[in-house]
Amino acid sequence: MYVIVVGAGKVGYYLTRTLIAEEHEVTLIEKDASRVAQLASEFGEVVVVGDGCEVRVMEDVGMGRADCVVAVTGHDEDNLIVCQMAQRHFRVPRQIARVNNPKNEPIFHLLGITETVASTRIIYSLIDQEVETGESLLLTALKLRKIVIVTADLALDSPAAGHMVKDIHLPGECILAAIIREDHILLPSGTTRLESGDTVIGVATPQDQQGLRDALVGVGAPSPPRRAG
Amino acid sequence: MRVVILGCGRVGSTLAAILTREGHQVSVIDRDQASFDKATQRLGPDFAQETVRGIGIDEDILRQAGIEEAEVFVAVTSGDNTNIVAAQIARKRFEVPKVLARVYDPIRAEAYREAGMKTICTTALVAGLLRDVVLGHPLRSLQEYLDTTSTKPPHERASG
Repeated sequence: MYVIVVGAGKVGYYLTRTLIAEEHEVTLIEKDASRVAQLASEFGEVVVVGDGCEVRVMEDVGMGRADCVVAVTGHDEDNLIVCQMAQRHFRVPRQIARVNNPKNEPIFHLLGITETVASTRIIYSLIDQEVETGESLLLTALKLRKIVIVTADLALDSPAAGHMVKDIHLPGECILAAIIREDHILLPSGTTRLESGDTVIGVATPQDQQGLRDALVGVGAPSPPRRAG
Repeated sequence: MRVVILGCGRVGSTLAAILTREGHQVSVIDRDQASFDKATQRLGPDFAQETVRGIGIDEDILRQAGIEEAEVFVAVTSGDNTNIVAAQIARKRFEVPKVLARVYDPIRAEAYREAGMKTICTTALVAGLLRDVVLGHPLRSLQEYLDTTSTKPPHERASG
């Protein structure tokens, strides 16, 4: 794929690195010449100086043959215009826009840019694919009735350690979705036996999440430290 | 007429003052209070009926400035992209009958004009006008000046 990234801040930088590692063709456009100079030693010709909203610049980087344009500057209007121009003028099949101010997200949709990401954090988690441990993650993006993911690391003295899933007293509307054991992922059935050292990933309603944690690691067990996400 | 102007720089404030003097109801939006202060210094306190401090692509700010009843919306901030986005919001979201955007970049101005937006490219306009003045030529029409920088042949140009 040929991907054009506009904006070489943290998001654009990490995105470009990821795309290159995945062996896609990338061009990173950045307005600030000193920032480009900083990145040139790492990216070489991949990074270019220019205003990504200018048609000449878009032509120079071959916007017409791009499969995807990603606008990740710090300014929503700029991201919007980059995507609109790519869509209308250059017929790029996919445009993805970062939305800095979540309040602006409906504007993007109104103006025809539907693939929007309204949080830097979501982009990071997509890149790093880490799940936060010790706390519940509210996945409003799932557009289901509200569910919560609970992760728990089982210790030797955890009530659930050593027991089969079917023998654990789970509160009303919970399931155990996955178990991470060493480097494997297990999809548990009722007869799967949990072990100390397992990271258990459960799904619960907000009301039942504490009950689920209690059933797995015991009442009053301290939350494990958060991994950076 | 009820007019909402986005951007209280020289053009925005002067436009507001002219329309207000002619009896129209004008509100002006700008994100900096300093812009309103300067306008007041230059043009007096009544250069507009109402001033609203805020970001021009924010629906709440636009509503506060009366966009729902506006017959005209003019975007004249110093940022092309802000003007283009605000003009589209005024048209698509609030269905303001007459929407104008000042766009400095001739290519972007033409691209959006082709998509149906009324853009005024002051770069092309002034450059073309100055050329005629410098060369002693008779002045031409607005449309001809706006087309000064067009790279398309005449029959393919969008009319403003």
